[in-house]
Amino acid sequence: MPAPPGTLRELREALEAGATSSRALADAALARAEALQPRLNAFAGLRGEAARAEADEADARRRRGDVRSVLDGLPMAIKDNMVQSGEPAACASRILEGYVSPYTATAVQRLRDAGAVMIGRTNMDEFAMGSSTEHSVFGPGRNPWDPARTAGGSSGGSAAAVTAGIVPAALGSDTGGSIRQPASFCGVAGIKPTYGRVSRWGLVAFASSLDQIGAIAHTAGDCAAVLETIAGGDPRDSTSLPEPAPAYREALGGDVSEVVVGLPREYFVEEGVDPSVLATVREAVAELERAGAKTREVSLPHTRYGIATYYLIADAEASSNLARFDGVRYGRRARGARGLTEMYERTRSEGFGDEVKRRIVLGTYVLSAGYYDAYYRKAQQVRTLLRGDFDTAFEGCDVIATPTSPEIAFRLGEKTDDPLSMYLSDIYTVSANLAGIPGISIPCGFSQGMPVGLQLLGPALDEATLFRVADAFQRRTDHHARRPPEIE
Amino acid sequence: MARITLAEVHDVAKLSRLSLSDAEAERMTTDLDHILEYVETLRELDTEGIEPTAHAIPLETPMREDRAVPGIDPELAVANAPASIATAFVVPKVIEGEDEG
Repeated sequence: MPAPPGTLRELREALEAGATSSRALADAALARAEALQPRLNAFAGLRGEAARAEADEADARRRRGDVRSVLDGLPMAIKDNMVQSGEPAACASRILEGYVSPYTATAVQRLRDAGAVMIGRTNMDEFAMGSSTEHSVFGPGRNPWDPARTAGGSSGGSAAAVTAGIVPAALGSDTGGSIRQPASFCGVAGIKPTYGRVSRWGLVAFASSLDQIGAIAHTAGDCAAVLETIAGGDPRDSTSLPEPAPAYREALGGDVSEVVVGLPREYFVEEGVDPSVLATVREAVAELERAGAKTREVSLPHTRYGIATYYLIADAEASSNLARFDGVRYGRRARGARGLTEMYERTRSEGFGDEVKRRIVLGTYVLSAGYYDAYYRKAQQVRTLLRGDFDTAFEGCDVIATPTSPEIAFRLGEKTDDPLSMYLSDIYTVSANLAGIPGISIPCGFSQGMPVGLQLLGPALDEATLFRVADAFQRRTDHHARRPPEIE
Repeated sequence: MARITLAEVHDVAKLSRLSLSDAEAERMTTDLDHILEYVETLRELDTEGIEPTAHAIPLETPMREDRAVPGIDPELAVANAPASIATAFVVPKVIEGEDEG
């Protein structure tokens, strides 16, 4: 089967066939990013000259027969919360205005070492706190299928850039669904690996026990190619797992007749989910059955406590992590403050947006004396129960299938006045972060002309099975080959 | 009964080194009250004796050889500072200026 248009694999094959050059791909990606910026606002910044020079180097390597990897010479983008030496990284926040990183994130360095050409930084919710890319100093990101709707978040710019055919793959980060939900909303594939699989060095920390870098691309196979490049232990991140990166692409093309797909009864209820999303996901599960997979019902009884647990833990960790933004060492400093304390307060009050402030205050509150046991410790105990749910469920199945999101991409502004309703849109994704397990979202159909995502969750370290099942589904379907009409 | 009061929001904001306008604080009190009401669902669960999870994946402290490696160049380290002198970060006076007025 030929690779769908604009995929990593298709562009690599075009390079290998001499039908195009890395420079032509970089020029096209930069031109398309600029042309679509007014419509999508997918980018926080482009690196035109540097990207063109790197693409020329990749072409020179290819002429010498010195191709570094399957990613060599291919254009990619990174989320604005990953640093590159000598370049800005703003986390879509005013407080990091003017920041230029003195070092490079490990995941980004590994892509660069593999020869990939970073064309720019993608838009996101400020400090990755949000589900719609609306909380951004750069203005809201938009969905290529319908610019009146959100691209999802917080990695909305990365998902939109892939969907719109600007880059074939991009990095995102996922703390509670921030790769999978935008992938679902935009109709692309997004993998959140096992916690620790990818180094967090150079990823600006939001919630350190939950954050994980992953890939967004059109196909599971393309996600596998990116993940095997960036995965593996890193002495600079003591929470990275020492295991070397498996050759994930070897899982592709396999059959799924031995695979048991668990269907959690708590996720397949009519309550709180768009019925047409549920029907689309049920049909996707039926397709996996036609491919030979077995299905069985499983139970994740603590699912309904996931969002509360997640927001308590994530915000507590965020309140601590974001203490470092104080106007002393980097970023913006408020002018005219009398004394150090006033400088801190004014810098932070001017520099952070409303959602970030809300989370810092909530996180500080739940960690404060008198509330720690009732909120933070309680949430950590429920986290243990949520992990236990998955341990038990995976005794009876290999992967778990769920909707990625209870709804299609919502309209811009629809949830910005009600933080809790925004939080609830992550209901199917947060548990994987709390349990540390990998999850992938792949496009599985459409509702009202908007993409619907199927989420597959696996046991810790078993990304390979997720790729195998997702790839088997994509070889039988063409949802991932559809492109937004006005953008084709 | 409110779960969090305006005065508590101002106190916690101060601990967080944030100064909120009255309008911001009122809005935040409403939002946080709403969120805290929601997270109270956790109270339904009996978690007596359940160990808390801080990290989902069991981690061991990785050990390495005790070998000196160069750190970041001090000039590069202060290059992003809003104010610096040589390789030092410059901040407003702590003693005289603190809590004036």
